[in-house]
Parts: sequence; structure tokens; C-alpha cells
Amino acid sequence: MQTVKMVVTGPFSAGKTEFIQSVSEIDVVATERKISSADERSVKEATTVAMDFGRITVDEDLVLYLFGTPGQKRFDFMWEILSEGMLGFIVMVDSTRPETFREARSILETFRAYAPTPYVVAANKQDMKDAWELEDMRHALRLDPKVKFLPCVATKRDTVKTVLLELLYSILAEMETGG
Amino acid sequence: MALRGNLRDFTITQLLNLINLAGKTGTLVVDGPADQAHVAFSNGKLAFARVGQDDNRLATVLHRANKLTVNQYRALVERAGEMTDKELGLLLINAGYVTQEDILINLQEYFAGTVRRLYTWVEGSFRFEADLLPPDDRINVRLDLENLIIEGSRQLHEWEQLQDEIPSLEMALKFTDRPLKNVNLSVEEWRVVSYINPKNTMKQIASANKMNYLEIRRIVYALLQAGLVDIVRPEGVTVAPSPKMFPTRDKEEQKSLVNKLIGRIRSL
Repeated sequence: MQTVKMVVTGPFSAGKTEFIQSVSEIDVVATERKISSADERSVKEATTVAMDFGRITVDEDLVLYLFGTPGQKRFDFMWEILSEGMLGFIVMVDSTRPETFREARSILETFRAYAPTPYVVAANKQDMKDAWELEDMRHALRLDPKVKFLPCVATKRDTVKTVLLELLYSILAEMETGG
Repeated sequence: MALRGNLRDFTITQLLNLINLAGKTGTLVVDGPADQAHVAFSNGKLAFARVGQDDNRLATVLHRANKLTVNQYRALVERAGEMTDKELGLLLINAGYVTQEDILINLQEYFAGTVRRLYTWVEGSFRFEADLLPPDDRINVRLDLENLIIEGSRQLHEWEQLQDEIPSLEMALKFTDRPLKNVNLSVEEWRVVSYINPKNTMKQIASANKMNYLEIRRIVYALLQAGLVDIVRPEGVTVAPSPKMFPTRDKEEQKSLVNKLIGRIRSL
């Protein structure tokens, strides 16, 4: 059995677990714990402390694993471990919470420094009325115009598929140019 | 859709950066601890600014800048009370009191000073109103934001925040397409700029300039905020892809594997 992996990262409560859940054929193996901080608890009840783990079987010889990183900074020691050997990564950003954009930038830069692998950025919760516009988010996140920045609703499979496909197209394009 | 938030999470400098890069037109309304500020922009350039009920009429601005004497100022306030700033400006130019350049330079200085006051606002909320244009009866300026952004960014000293913004000094810098002209840089900033090249990591630039990591991060942060540079992977440093990425070393098999993944995701 051959396996490959992709990593889904982003700040606390960006929607990483839902993203993986939307396409995984198994229930996501989530390592969630109740949140102790009152501020963070007002955003959600539980958070990922080690990783989320989803699976998509391609055929009898090939399986794609999706790993979700813990969003809270104090668990960032897990990031490098999870990024080892990834085909590419997805940075999830909550479009309704500009207070997380700085952290998203930091996570993106950290992952870029780990490995020269392709990545895309997904603007989650674009269906909410207080979501920032993509163009404003692109500037706030300081994304190069060449970086794929995609609208997403992590609970909707179609948009999640689009994000995964765009990452795979980038991986393929990089393989073509890299010989 | 919403361009609104909190100043604790999004600083004035970061907002100016966004407005500058997006070339926005409209008014940034900031509700600070004691006052409300209105800062208007036209195509990403500063057009007008006011904090609270500050008197920023042309006559007052020129008087404060010593372009009008006390007597001239009093006479204007009495006689030209109903006149708009545009009408007053024309009158003053025709009367030979001031030149058009005097008016524009002093308004630019005044509006820039108003924006600088906002750097000290760390509590409050903001919203960008695209439909709210600068007042029609007032003289608007067109001031590039880069220098204001760099000035504001220099005030960021918190080590933790700078480390968040620039986590790795092993990355390099490259200039963006924005021209590096009419930008007021300090000597230290110019020293860093002179080494910017995708081949040089930030760590190497710091070392060449005998700067510590806090100093180099602070300077790079200002350049990033002003949209003058981007962080890139250093050229010439080949980082071998992890052998664990693919279960096979054969390039064609790797491509076939990615194509299989594409097909499977499409079919979901």
C-alpha cells in the first residue's frame, strides 16, 4: 500500500477539522480537548491538540492522508513533525476573524520555511455576511498575486474539493517545470 | 462585504498598507477611545483626514503653518465664513497670499499629521466605507502612503509580534513591482535595502550590517508593510524535497500518482 499526505494548517478555529471531515471517507480521527481559556471557549468548545487525521482511498494501492495541525500556537512543535514528507499544504483562514490574519501569515511563513512544497490558501466562511472580501484578505495576508487564494466553506464538500484540486494542480505544475 | 475589525488585532499601519496595495477609494472610520476619525482615500492615496471636531479648514491650517498672519486669518474667518475651502483657496491664490503649492503642501502635512496621531490609538474599532467619499467642498490631496506606513511600522517594537510577522530569517527578500521612489528611508533601512537580493537570506543581511535579529526584523517589517519587498525562498539554496513525499523515486510514476489523486478527488 502506497501513501501520500497533505497538511491542512491555519490559526485556531479556522475550520481545519471541518475541512478534513468534509472529504474524509472515515470519521476524522480528531485529538480534541476542551478549551480552558474563556476567550477561546467563546469561539469554540474544543480544539485540536495533536492532529486531525482523514483518509481518502484512491485505489487498492494508494491512499491520501490529510493531516490537520493544531491551531493553537502552544502546540506548534507538532507542525514540523506533521509537515515532514507532505506533498503540499493548505492554509485555512477564517474570513470573518481579521484578528487571526496575523497568525495565519505567521503560520504560512513558517510552513514555507520548512519545505519548498506547493501550497494554497483557503478563505473559509466566505458564506458569512461579515466575511472579508478575498481581495482585501489577500492584501492583509500579504499573499503574492501568484499564490492561489480560494474561497471556501469548509462544511461544503464542493468547495473543499476545489481547494484540494487546486493544490494538486499546483503540485503537478511544479513537477512539470521541475522536470 | 465587511472591511471592519478591531485596532487591537489590526493596526492603523496595517490598514494603510491594505488600502495602499488595494488602491482603495472611500473613508476609513476609526472609533478610538475618545474620538472618531475619518480618513479619506482616493485610489489608495490619502485625500483628507479629520479627528473628532478638529478645525481643519484651509484658513486654520494655513494660519497654523504661519502662511497667514493673525489679522489675515481673522479677516478671512469673518468675511469668508460661508466660502468653501476650494473657493477660499482660489481667492488666496488670486490675491497672491499663497501659492497653490503652499496650499497643497500644508494640507498634506496637516492630513499626514492627523494620520500619525492615529498610530497611538491601540484600542477601538474601524470600518471602511467605500461609499463615503471625501467632502466635496474641501480640497483633497493625493499623498502616497508608503512613507506614512514606514513611519508607523517603525513604532512596532514588540519582539513577539515581529517574530510572528517574520518567523524565519533563513528566507530571502525580493523587491516587489512597486517603485522604490520618494520613499524616506533611514540610513539603517538603506543599508538593508542595498543587500536585498533573492540570494541573500535575512540572516546574512543582518550579519553583513552587524544588526541583531530584532533590528533586522523591524526594518524588514517596515519594508514589507509598505509593500516594497516580499519574502522568498533564497535562490541557489536547493532544499531537496523530502524522500518521503512520494512512495516512488520515478518521476513518471510520481506524476501518474498525482493524476490518480486528481481523478479521485474529482469523483468525490
